[in-house]
Amino acid sequence: MNYLRLVWAFFRIGVMSEAAYRINFFIQLFQSLLELAMSLAGLAVIFSYTNSLGGWSPDEVLALVGVYFLIGGIIGLVIQPGMEQLIEDVREGTLDFTLTKPEDAQLLVSLRQVDIWRLVDIVMGFGVLAAALLRLGAHVGTSQAAAFGIMLLAGAVIIYSFWLILATLSFWFVRVENILEIFQSMYEAGRWPISLYPGWLRFALTFIVPVAFAVTVPTEALTGRLSGTTLLGAVALSVVLLAVSRLIWLRGLRQYSGASA
Amino acid sequence: MSGLRDLYAQQFKTTFAAMLQYRASLVIWMIGHVLEPLVYLIVWSTVSTTGGGSVGDYTTRDFAAYFLVIMLVNHVTYTWIMYEYEYRVREGNLSFALLRPVHPIHADIADNVSSKLITLPFMLLIAFILALIFRPTFAIVPWAAAAFLPALLLAFLLRYLIEWTLALTAFWTTRVGAVNQTYFVAMLFLSGQMAPLSLFPMPIKIAATILPFRWMVSFPVELFLGQLTPVEAAEGILAQVLWVGIAFVLLRIVWRAGVRVYSAVGA
Repeated sequence: MNYLRLVWAFFRIGVMSEAAYRINFFIQLFQSLLELAMSLAGLAVIFSYTNSLGGWSPDEVLALVGVYFLIGGIIGLVIQPGMEQLIEDVREGTLDFTLTKPEDAQLLVSLRQVDIWRLVDIVMGFGVLAAALLRLGAHVGTSQAAAFGIMLLAGAVIIYSFWLILATLSFWFVRVENILEIFQSMYEAGRWPISLYPGWLRFALTFIVPVAFAVTVPTEALTGRLSGTTLLGAVALSVVLLAVSRLIWLRGLRQYSGASA
Repeated sequence: MSGLRDLYAQQFKTTFAAMLQYRASLVIWMIGHVLEPLVYLIVWSTVSTTGGGSVGDYTTRDFAAYFLVIMLVNHVTYTWIMYEYEYRVREGNLSFALLRPVHPIHADIADNVSSKLITLPFMLLIAFILALIFRPTFAIVPWAAAAFLPALLLAFLLRYLIEWTLALTAFWTTRVGAVNQTYFVAMLFLSGQMAPLSLFPMPIKIAATILPFRWMVSFPVELFLGQLTPVEAAEGILAQVLWVGIAFVLLRIVWRAGVRVYSAVGA
């Protein structure tokens, strides 16, 4: 309960600090619409030459684009801002202020920074997803919807743990913000079904940078392509990664000496 | 003139040393530069194999050749000057460059070229490895391959002038993200990075030819792959020269106006 209050408080602070810069909302809206237009135009060109991409129909790929926006929005909303702040705090030695607070420090660093305008991407992602499902005429049963929800959550947890591990590396190496950039360019590859890629790239996008679990797998759950094994595997991986990231975080904290403070 | 040559030589040395220090960011740029064309290569190869081995006049192996050359040409011509300028104007660092007796663009060009001297061998190696995987077919025409070098040089110059001018937007607004993104999207479609221009509908083809985009990336690639007639090649080079002229004039106008509004915000 306490945690939920914290989440709400951080969110409110995010809204209040951004409310003064309402023009940022329109800039974000413009950028998100542009990104969406780019995706749709790209699909239009490609599907003017074929009606199936690696076994995926146009509307299924559209659903994938929706999930891509959704997860991208979640990353931009809370994961990326928090982790970037963490890296900077470790370098500047200002993490002290967070560590002295009477709440779990991992929770605080993960939630305190919210880029509220990225909600635009989340709303847009849901919109695209809804449109794709309507066009698919798919009867999304309760089991499929539940599988989708679970996979989306597992995907978000996997991505969060992955970012936390990378950001925690800053306790040992000072310059790691570049590593986060790698994630951004790899995430772009998640725009397309992972099954398209040759084995080595699919492996990299699944286990080295877990983009597949974030975008392709939830979409598969929704379009009824997902096997029970993948579902269990994704859940297991999310639990393991969360535990590992927690362990690395705790070790990293021991390393922290408040450099310049 | 010899003063300018000394300046370049010296700038090469300093940037070279600096770039060797920032190896990590070079690697990251390279990953992005490999991954994007690679993804489109895979997407179009998939479309091609599903469609019986070709799309339009491109076979699966033609796509491999096209996107591998796109990857290299894009790498040779790209700039990161927009990010640089946003930072310079916001932090007031530009003041130091303004104090120097030469135009700051020279230092930037030297900076760009020397970083590529470091990365290009690696990009060629990556292209070679990808060629072993995707087995492209090349139909090299000797005269076209010879014309490729000047076309590439002009493409570099044109893209440099245009992106340097665009970067100057930072003088008027601190929110350059939206401007840059609009430009990148236009680049993706109109410069042939997403697909060969011949696969696009007519209006987009026309827009790409009238605007400078095709001349910055796609044209040297088409030339290298032997897809153009001698007349088309000559017309292309002419279009490049024309656009370089326009971009040069534009740069001068925008630069003069920009320096006047510059107030060294953070300095």
